[in-house]
Amino acid sequence: MNRSANDRLQRVLLYAVLGFLALVFLLPIYVMVVNSIKPLEEIRGGNLISLPLNATIEPWLQAWSKAQIGVQPTGLRPYFMNSFLMVIPAVLFSTLIGSLNGYVLTQFKMRGATLIFGALLFSVFIPFQIVLIPMAKLLGELGLAGTVKGLILVHTVYGIGFGTLFFRNFYTAFPHELVKSARMDGAGFFVLYWRLLLPNSLPIIVVNVIWQFTNIWNDFLFGASFSDFSSYPLTVALNNLVSSSTGVKEYNVHFAGAFIAALPTLVVYVVSGKYFVRGLMAGSVKG
Amino acid sequence: MKNRWLPALTITPSLVLVGACVYGFIAFTIYLSFTTSTLMPQFELAQEIPYYRLFRLSTFALSAKNLCLFSGLYIGLSLLLGMLMAILIDQKIRGETPFRSIFLYPMALSFIVTGTAWKWILDPSIGFERTVHLMGFPDFVFDWIKDGDMAIYCVVIAAVWQTSGFVMALFLAGLRGVDTEVMNAARVDGAKGWDMYWRIVIPQLGPSFISSFVILAHMAIKSYDLVIALTGGGPGRATWLPSVFVYQYTFTRNEMALGAASAVLMLVAVSIVVIPYVRSELRDKTQA
Amino acid sequence: MKRTIIAGLVSVALAAPAFAEESVEVLHWWTSGGEAAALGVLKKDLEGQGVKWNDMPVAGGGGEAAMTALRARVTAGNPPTAVQMLGFDIQDWAKQGALGDLNALAQKENWDKTVPLALQQFSKYQGKWVAAPVNIHSTNWVWANKAVLDKAGVTTMPTDFDGFLAALDKVQKAGFIGLAHGGQAWQEATMFDGVVLATGGVDFYRKAFINKDKAALGSDTMKKSFDRMAALRKYVDKDFSNRDWNLASAMVIEGKAGFQIMGDWAKGEFLNAKKVPGKDFLCFRVPGSQGMVSFNADQFGMFKVGAGAQAAQTKLASAIMNPSFQSAFNVVKGSVPARTDVSDKAFDDCGKKGMKDLAEANSKGTLVGSMAHGHAVPASVKNGFYDVITQHFNGKLDSAAAVKAMVAAAE
Repeated sequence: MNRSANDRLQRVLLYAVLGFLALVFLLPIYVMVVNSIKPLEEIRGGNLISLPLNATIEPWLQAWSKAQIGVQPTGLRPYFMNSFLMVIPAVLFSTLIGSLNGYVLTQFKMRGATLIFGALLFSVFIPFQIVLIPMAKLLGELGLAGTVKGLILVHTVYGIGFGTLFFRNFYTAFPHELVKSARMDGAGFFVLYWRLLLPNSLPIIVVNVIWQFTNIWNDFLFGASFSDFSSYPLTVALNNLVSSSTGVKEYNVHFAGAFIAALPTLVVYVVSGKYFVRGLMAGSVKG
Repeated sequence: MKNRWLPALTITPSLVLVGACVYGFIAFTIYLSFTTSTLMPQFELAQEIPYYRLFRLSTFALSAKNLCLFSGLYIGLSLLLGMLMAILIDQKIRGETPFRSIFLYPMALSFIVTGTAWKWILDPSIGFERTVHLMGFPDFVFDWIKDGDMAIYCVVIAAVWQTSGFVMALFLAGLRGVDTEVMNAARVDGAKGWDMYWRIVIPQLGPSFISSFVILAHMAIKSYDLVIALTGGGPGRATWLPSVFVYQYTFTRNEMALGAASAVLMLVAVSIVVIPYVRSELRDKTQA
Repeated sequence: MKRTIIAGLVSVALAAPAFAEESVEVLHWWTSGGEAAALGVLKKDLEGQGVKWNDMPVAGGGGEAAMTALRARVTAGNPPTAVQMLGFDIQDWAKQGALGDLNALAQKENWDKTVPLALQQFSKYQGKWVAAPVNIHSTNWVWANKAVLDKAGVTTMPTDFDGFLAALDKVQKAGFIGLAHGGQAWQEATMFDGVVLATGGVDFYRKAFINKDKAALGSDTMKKSFDRMAALRKYVDKDFSNRDWNLASAMVIEGKAGFQIMGDWAKGEFLNAKKVPGKDFLCFRVPGSQGMVSFNADQFGMFKVGAGAQAAQTKLASAIMNPSFQSAFNVVKGSVPARTDVSDKAFDDCGKKGMKDLAEANSKGTLVGSMAHGHAVPASVKNGFYDVITQHFNGKLDSAAAVKAMVAAAE
């Protein structure tokens, strides 16, 4: 009798703690959304948590297509394309390179494989500020300065570290018998990769895509420095909306803009959450 | 394997790119840290090695101290909270998917958005403190973000919020991969509840710890955007981290040599912490 | 037959139009309402002349992010046509050989005679014009809410600094916040400009902040300036840390605070809130600094571009210096024109006062570059000073230690 009451109490406690944590985690996004539909006077006078008295969708319209980004009042809409043009190829290349590296490091006896992996892994710790000037020189020499292609190159290079980490750990746990029997059947280098390993890598591909997509989509420093007027991504436009030095600060528009800019990554996370955990389970964590 | 060179060939582009764009640039930075570079790189070596100036700057010592404080708390709390949430979610609860999504989504936001949202919440005059006042507790004080000694903890709060969900996902995956046979055997022996977790499950989560650690350390280095959006580096200079220091001196203050020197030291510090940890993990893997 | 006609039409269509399209790429950080709109005036002006405006805005912190992006652009060999720049940055880039030569245009339009000499020091490098100034801001202003002052019993404007402290005291005692302030290093430094001018006068300011004279920096006058900052600190509210400057202005506009010491870009906030100078708000020089003007100016540095783009660049420079643009832009921005021969008709009362003060200071030699805004010492020293001023204001240094730190920062 006591034990079941105890169990019930534990269950209640469990949900209470989870519920409390969920509230804390939702607080910032609640603040952002609630304040993005308030008229400006309510934000100035009121407090952050309160619900709007006169909810309005105007800040969202402003952020999307009317707000001042530079000289033109275009809103954030035109810059989505630049970001997508940059992110999608970079994620594709990063996945390709990461998976090939993982494949090569785990399915072949390679001298110094551990050292190579360590070197690639350590590359994730480089602070981006020291990359700025030398990379600018390199892009200039390659004729890629100010182009989307240049940004794709930069993001691909700095995505190699994590990509290799994810795939290498995943392929380490890949069933050895499958590989052996495929080899005995005469599968060559590319066949083994393309027909056996890659198709069975969906979970870790999802992990890599999520990670790379988020990091590249949210990057500001490279986007501002290696682009020009025709290629600058959404983060630069958002920064222009939010960080203007003078003039009236329309906080409701800022919050709406921040949310709009975050939508693609939020969608990616929420939609693929299940695969994400599955991917992590299948990959980077098993010994 | 007919062509023995294919594996090596395949990995060569990565080695070349990373070799040049990471290690080559690091070497370039190390060289710069001994030069007279100010606005742009200069290749003439300086009379007085910039490192000496670096050690005389109080803001550098402050940044270093903040980094230790911040990283320790950030990594520790993220691991703790992440593991706690993973264990809670693993209890066969209803609504696992929504809970998981709620804990995971902050990772999708950029540091700038996180910093801005938390700056508002932590601001006494419009955020949390004010709300509690309006609820009828006018003496409640929560002005850490305006306090020179406490502001760094606000950065910790925002950073932990952002990444503990990701750590939770890593641990959740690890928990689900724990050998069920071992667990069943332990259960037969009478192990239960927290005891089971403490003695059986958690020790098997080593790989999750490693992956989490790498990711958390990587985020701690990249914290520039978060600090600037949340506190601007203030009050005064109280929340400066090395990433802020490097940016300030390399770009804002036109002292590239000094900035390069601080970046080199930051890398050295990271290496000291990360390399041994990762090496042990790699050694285990190759044995397995 | 049809194919040849089509081929012919296509080749005609593809042939270069009567004149090639000229364009300028402009890197700047004016991304909000008023100034962006004012810059839009320049854009339309150029489009009327057949020059396309390619906008490259990078907002933030008085140009910090923009300057970082600029470094990358120049290193990559792909600089923008014109870049918004302040003070020493122009000189630094000119030293690198990155800026072009505007002398031909400057001579034609007589810039040497119409631009104040103190400003020319930043626009020219080794005798060559390298930048076109857009405006002149000034930092030693005080903005006050008239209603608050009336309620607090402050009937006459303070004329010296001690009188100012007394007025602050009255306002505070009447239940308002004395001084609206945003706790960011640059804002504290902006206040410091005015305080040093009020305490030591123009000659001391020059010695300490422009010549970096150690004796001046370590003097009792400097210590007194810091003491005065500490006195001001007492009239600031407890949540001032990291507050944006426009939120501090809002405190004065809404009648929560009495005074704000801020540059004249604050005027834009008051005007945007439909307040009238003289009736709702007052503008006056930091008491003790009347007759002196500490200035900072936004300029467009013209980068070295290929011969093909130079015509467009010249048109841009000329359009910037055009008196009607100078008037239209500065009315909105809160600053005063960079040319002394522009009529003050379109300006409000505070703007008119600003233009008068500038002309007076220019002729008397009391026009000095703002330390806080990069027109007295270069960025490395300026930021070193920032460290001292903000740490002192936040109570981490006392005045004596601050003075010593100023001397160290000037090295």
